[in-house]
Amino acid sequence: MDLARELLSYMGHRKKYWLLPILVMTTIFGTLVVLTQGTAVAPFIYTLF
Amino acid sequence: MRILGISAFYHDSAAALVEDGRIVAAAQEERFTRRKHDPDFPARAIEYCLSEAGCTMNDIDHVVFYEKPFLKFERLVETYLATVPHGFSSFRVAMPVWIKEKLFQKTMLRKDLGKLAGKKEWDGSLLFTEHHQSHAASAFFPSPFASAAVLTMDGVGEWCTTSLAHGHDNRLDFLKEVHFPHSLGLLYSAFTYYTGFKVNSGEYKVMGLAPYGRPRFAQTILDNLIDLKEDGSFRLDQHYFGYCTGLRMTSPAFHDLFGGEPRKPEAPLTQREMDLAASVQVVTEEAVMRLARFARRQTGEKNLCLAGGVALNCVANGKLLKAGIFDDIWIQPAAGDAGGALGAALSVWYEYLGSTRTTKDGDAMSGSYLGPAFEQGEVEQRLAAAGAKFEVLSDEDVTSSTVSALAEEKAVGWMQGRMEFGPRALGGRSILGDARSPTMQKMLNLKVKYRESFRPFAPSVRREDVADWFDIDKDSPYMLLVGDVLESRRLHANHPQENLFGIDLLNVPRSEIPAVTHVDYSARIQTVHRETNPRYWELLTRFKARTGCPVLVNTSFNVRGEPIVCNPEDAYRCFMGTEIERLVVGNCVLKKEEQPAHLKQDYKENFELD
Repeated sequence: MDLARELLSYMGHRKKYWLLPILVMTTIFGTLVVLTQGTAVAPFIYTLF
Repeated sequence: MRILGISAFYHDSAAALVEDGRIVAAAQEERFTRRKHDPDFPARAIEYCLSEAGCTMNDIDHVVFYEKPFLKFERLVETYLATVPHGFSSFRVAMPVWIKEKLFQKTMLRKDLGKLAGKKEWDGSLLFTEHHQSHAASAFFPSPFASAAVLTMDGVGEWCTTSLAHGHDNRLDFLKEVHFPHSLGLLYSAFTYYTGFKVNSGEYKVMGLAPYGRPRFAQTILDNLIDLKEDGSFRLDQHYFGYCTGLRMTSPAFHDLFGGEPRKPEAPLTQREMDLAASVQVVTEEAVMRLARFARRQTGEKNLCLAGGVALNCVANGKLLKAGIFDDIWIQPAAGDAGGALGAALSVWYEYLGSTRTTKDGDAMSGSYLGPAFEQGEVEQRLAAAGAKFEVLSDEDVTSSTVSALAEEKAVGWMQGRMEFGPRALGGRSILGDARSPTMQKMLNLKVKYRESFRPFAPSVRREDVADWFDIDKDSPYMLLVGDVLESRRLHANHPQENLFGIDLLNVPRSEIPAVTHVDYSARIQTVHRETNPRYWELLTRFKARTGCPVLVNTSFNVRGEPIVCNPEDAYRCFMGTEIERLVVGNCVLKKEEQPAHLKQDYKENFELD
């Protein structure tokens, strides 16, 4: 939670709230990559993008 | 007021401690862990800094980290977004590291610092400076100038790759920045990769290789890879590079442009690699020159401070000095990321806390001798425990015995006083040799350092004598300026030799000091000053009295891939694992032939090649 709060505060400071959805998606994809730790996730990510 | 600066988690982690504005200690973690370019949290370096200041972690008022992790993450995310879906291979590698670790750097730092403070978490002040702010602070605040133009150039920090700031008193005003992916450092690294060397460590090999080649690709680089503007700003055509989206520095288009795949690491070097090295060196020099002219115009200052990895390009620095754009140049000796720890700490002292800055004659780096030293008693105890056979001599006899060994063309390991901060050995942890010897370069490269035969060695010369041997008459205490051997000291090659190219040039003696004269008559000069290293200065003085030559070969005390030695045991191991014939640690003198045979070891295999 600390991290989320800090990230939000950072985006406010940088006036980059538009990064929020991208960060959320990146975090989801990144987490998927971490969980799968392989290439199987690749087509899924390409489809979503 | 004590401020601890930290750089870590990328490469070359380090710590620096500043007490009331005075630089008390600074060291790289690799020297303690014996792992080259160690990127981990610098616990051992911090412990050393604290012990040097005689304090504990709980006595530290501010800790400062040398860059801003969120800004870096923002750059990564925006880069992936701009290049999607091509950046997936890079994304797949980078994201796990960021999501598991790097995004939590603040928490990690608090926990790691807490361990040192004997607490669960460090609850004191934890600050973050920007990467190039740290570099600029490391360049300006310790410099001898009250005001100066400050130029930083490296691969990349958060977004910034090149910055120009105006430093005056206790302030740095940033005037201009070049942002990722346009980077002089990454351009140089791309050629480092393409010529078969390791990125982030092989750049100085490219610089050393350049004089063997002709810059026949320079125009191709300028026409295709980099759009270099008159004010020194530039853009790189990303079509030719792979670092934004992939795991390689260069793209297939780059390989097509230069006619082939990258050289494989350790494959034989050809004239092509030498010409490529010469070409990127020429382009880099031109970019640095234009940036410097712009910096002079913008700031009106007559002095320049440099930092960032590109500032370690001492050939470009030497040409900059000779061009006379600035009256004087001061370069941070730890210009790479390790120096960011020091810059971050100084930035807090001057910029964050607003402390008054005064300048004096000479800089505030204490010759860059900011690492650990060992008392004579401790040296004897540690060497004895390692099984070494040594004799303890008086100061006078240590010097005369070392001069004799050097005059007999012996390679001498020289460990004295505090360890250097930064990548260069400056007479604290050095291997020394006779610069007059025509066989010394080859011998040191192949039998002592176990490294590529083309690599040049640098001279140490007394400041008083530098102008008698080289075409510069300036302080160069940190071996960051290249000058030429004076015409009068050169041996002129006969005509058939002048037609030699590439590596064949290596075997031609070029001057009275062939061991430190590169094939283009250049030399990476270290001026030795009595004020900062009296013992080394005395050694050079006595060597001059004996031989008429005040110049010695000075190379770092390590083998290829090994961090420079830190303590007496490291020095002894390196001595026993190489063909160094004499070791001098403090007042202990060790002869190879007197050492126990069973302590000799095959040393060079212990380290991953750099």
